[in-house]
Amino acid sequence: MAPFFKYGFFTEQTGLIIALILGVSFGFWLERAGFGYSRKLALQFYFKDMTVLNVMFTAIVVAMLGLLLFSLFGWLDITKIYINPTYLWAQLIGGLILGVGFAIGGYCPGTSVVGAVTGHVDAYFFLGGAMFGMFVFGEMFPSLEGLYNWGAMGDVRLSDVFNISSGVVALAVVILAILFFLGGEWLENKFGKEGL
Amino acid sequence: MKEKPYWSPYVSGLGLGITLLLAFVLMGRGLGASGAMMRFTTALVDLFAHDHVMANPYFAKYAENPFSNWLVYEILGVMIGGFLSGMLAGRNKWRTGRGPNISKHKRWVYAFAGGAIMGFGARLSRGCTSGLALTGGATLAVGGWVFMFAVFAAAYATAYFVRKQWI
Repeated sequence: MAPFFKYGFFTEQTGLIIALILGVSFGFWLERAGFGYSRKLALQFYFKDMTVLNVMFTAIVVAMLGLLLFSLFGWLDITKIYINPTYLWAQLIGGLILGVGFAIGGYCPGTSVVGAVTGHVDAYFFLGGAMFGMFVFGEMFPSLEGLYNWGAMGDVRLSDVFNISSGVVALAVVILAILFFLGGEWLENKFGKEGL
Repeated sequence: MKEKPYWSPYVSGLGLGITLLLAFVLMGRGLGASGAMMRFTTALVDLFAHDHVMANPYFAKYAENPFSNWLVYEILGVMIGGFLSGMLAGRNKWRTGRGPNISKHKRWVYAFAGGAIMGFGARLSRGCTSGLALTGGATLAVGGWVFMFAVFAAAYATAYFVRKQWI
């Protein structure tokens, strides 16, 4: 039964090899989508190229439905899947800070790695900046600890807080994704699509 | 070789989604990026100031065997996969991503500044667009969704002020 690692099908060492292989696939698809190119990512924020939203929501819907179906068929124990712990206010504020950095820097951490290996010089400056920002966070950590733990709620899912089934949440996500796809196309045409 | 066009976002999204699903099925966890960067940062600081790293609880957490880590191997894979995809499409060449109205040197300054802001934000959130928005989004984690909407809201609000950089 999946997840295979949690059921002891292979060792931690084998897990690292799997990490490498999954990473190759991750990097490949990010580059295919055009995410090695900062301007293509940033044009999302001017409604001129909605690729970021389309790729993200397609990926979320595919992985989400896969998890739910495999769990429904009894192939996968969903309780053994890692769920990011929620720290509501820390993640809200961190997300706002990260979003400002996204518009200014043009990359996010994963895409900057793809940018760097495909020869984008700005990605190297971004990476240097990101490491500097993380260093600053680490240095300031003792005084940031309260903020870092603000809004701790544990491993909660949307279905827990809204008290509805995961299937209903999944349906809402699918509808939201379709609305984003259609709305994105409309916005691209309205604001002048740039085909990069 | 002429550069080939990027693939459809829905095809790339499907490939990315299947990759993420495989990570859940095989490992029981999702993908990520900023955690690996934190390990590189800590290892670098550790080279120059080992005692300082050990005295700081946040650095110390990442300092033990910094590279024998799932996310570090995954990011090495991302480097290989990104390079291969770029090579196959004839896209691997030196350049700076920028709009027509900004010099490349100014763009480098913005890239560093934006990176620094993002690095700080990613640590505060315990994840970035891959580790928290994408992975947390697919597992329907509350924090993942709150984070995702916060990222997009702030980026759209900031875009107007840096438009010379991109359009």
